[in-house]
Amino acid sequence: MSRLAFRDLCVWFGEGEDRVDAVKNATFEVPSGASFGLVGESGSGKSTILRALMGLVPNWSGEMVVGERKLGEKRDRAFYKEVQMVFQDPYASLHPRHSVDQVLSEVLKLHGFSDIDRRVNALLADVGLGPSYRFRYPHQLSGGQRQRVAIARALAPEPSVLLLDEPTSALDVSVQAEVLNLLTDLREEHGLTYLMVSHDLAVIAHMCEATAVMQNGEIVEMLSVEEMRAMRAEHPYTRHLLESASGYNPNAEQRA
Amino acid sequence: MMSDSLNDPRLGFRGWLLTDTPTSRFHARCVAFYSGWLKFRSNTMAMVGLMILILLVLIAAFAPWIAPHDPLAQDLAGRLKPPLSEGHLLGTDSLGRDILSRLIYGSRITLYIVTLVALIAPIVGLLVGTVAGYAGGIVDAVLMRLTDIFLAFPRLVLALAFVAALGAGIENAVLAISITAWPPYARLARAETLTIRNSDYIAAIRLQGAGPMRIITKHIWPLCISSLIVRVTLDMAGVILTAAGLGFLGLGAQPPSPEWGAMVAEGRRFILDHWWVATMPGLAIFIVSLAFNLLGDGLRDVLDPKDAG
Repeated sequence: MSRLAFRDLCVWFGEGEDRVDAVKNATFEVPSGASFGLVGESGSGKSTILRALMGLVPNWSGEMVVGERKLGEKRDRAFYKEVQMVFQDPYASLHPRHSVDQVLSEVLKLHGFSDIDRRVNALLADVGLGPSYRFRYPHQLSGGQRQRVAIARALAPEPSVLLLDEPTSALDVSVQAEVLNLLTDLREEHGLTYLMVSHDLAVIAHMCEATAVMQNGEIVEMLSVEEMRAMRAEHPYTRHLLESASGYNPNAEQRA
Repeated sequence: MMSDSLNDPRLGFRGWLLTDTPTSRFHARCVAFYSGWLKFRSNTMAMVGLMILILLVLIAAFAPWIAPHDPLAQDLAGRLKPPLSEGHLLGTDSLGRDILSRLIYGSRITLYIVTLVALIAPIVGLLVGTVAGYAGGIVDAVLMRLTDIFLAFPRLVLALAFVAALGAGIENAVLAISITAWPPYARLARAETLTIRNSDYIAAIRLQGAGPMRIITKHIWPLCISSLIVRVTLDMAGVILTAAGLGFLGLGAQPPSPEWGAMVAEGRRFILDHWWVATMPGLAIFIVSLAFNLLGDGLRDVLDPKDAG
């Protein structure tokens, strides 16, 4: 059964002459409990798909289905309880004047939980932050710790789908692995479905079972992780991506 | 090691205030406040401004005990005595009233005006600005054009028009000053809101199902307020001067009330022969305005959110 389904999704910005098509006829499905990756260069429209699903872009056409429900113009609170998102830049996604405690307890209140104290501590434990972090402000946290708080915030309403918008690209390489492992563990523990955007093929190969490759707003190819590891790609752009990700090849120059 | 030294019992209360691992909501607030205070305290000029203002509040509160004379008691035999004369430290005015006592009682009026304007104008401005900035579209256009209308008139002229329409008096002066003072705050709050509105943390809370009311009051206001507070303290000098100007023009406080601006206006007639009658209240206005400006500068250093990040 598919958890998320996109059919002929188009997203555009601006009108008339200024119209820019950010996503063109994207069609793919994410099975329940799976982890699906979207890869592509900057501006290929991968983050826009996530934003369209969350209702953060005004103009789109096509069909988006979450579970059994077709999405319309507005998202209600039940939707946000089911689908949550982790933003790319943990330095921008936390309110600078709100402590970790305020961030988490406000979200819990919004979703009508009553045992807030216990849940805040449980969430912090979930993302590997001790209770000593509870009353800190974002400027007292490192990038990795901030992203953990952002993940805790996304987990607060107990969603079943988590959208990850390049969750590690703003972090140091050493911290990236920590956060990715945390995400892998959380998915197992909570039975989450991931839809993950990244430009880093290694991250996708580590996290996802299947991936869609995007270029200029179009999905050019769908790959399973096995195909990706074996570098079995049809489309020239995908092959180019895989080659550049396989690292520095001293013979490459001579071949070219 | 680091956290051990911070929790050192020898540091006691200070250590509790400086810890980077607060243990409760109240504790976290105390820590944030204390670190702000430390930053503010290191700014000598701002501290001088704060001291002057605290002194002003104390003087206003204890005026009846401090003032050597009744501010309204006339003594035509002892009129226009120079400063440092017997019993009148700052001299007397044209009706023989003690200038020092009048200044001391006048501080109450000044504080009254400043407090009311500081409450009304920024709150109206904050409301209009954040709603316009967050809502956008037609709401934004209507509210901002309204703001433009108020901004199109010179401030004192508009205040004059309002006072003339409402009638002279201290309450109407406050109202007129507030009405003319809010548009810059609305502009400021709107500009801040526009930059905050599209940030990820606002998107994040929207994705948790928060409505516009909650986002404006709980997420946008806290970020606008610091710059507004700074702007208010810097504007206070202008408010005092406008109030004094209205008093000077006879549209603010009415005689015999010892409002500083009105006192300057009275002294104007004698300024060549009896300089102190106009100069003393002028000095008082100058000192309090300066104090507000110094305080505002210090607060800007503490409250600037760009520093905190």
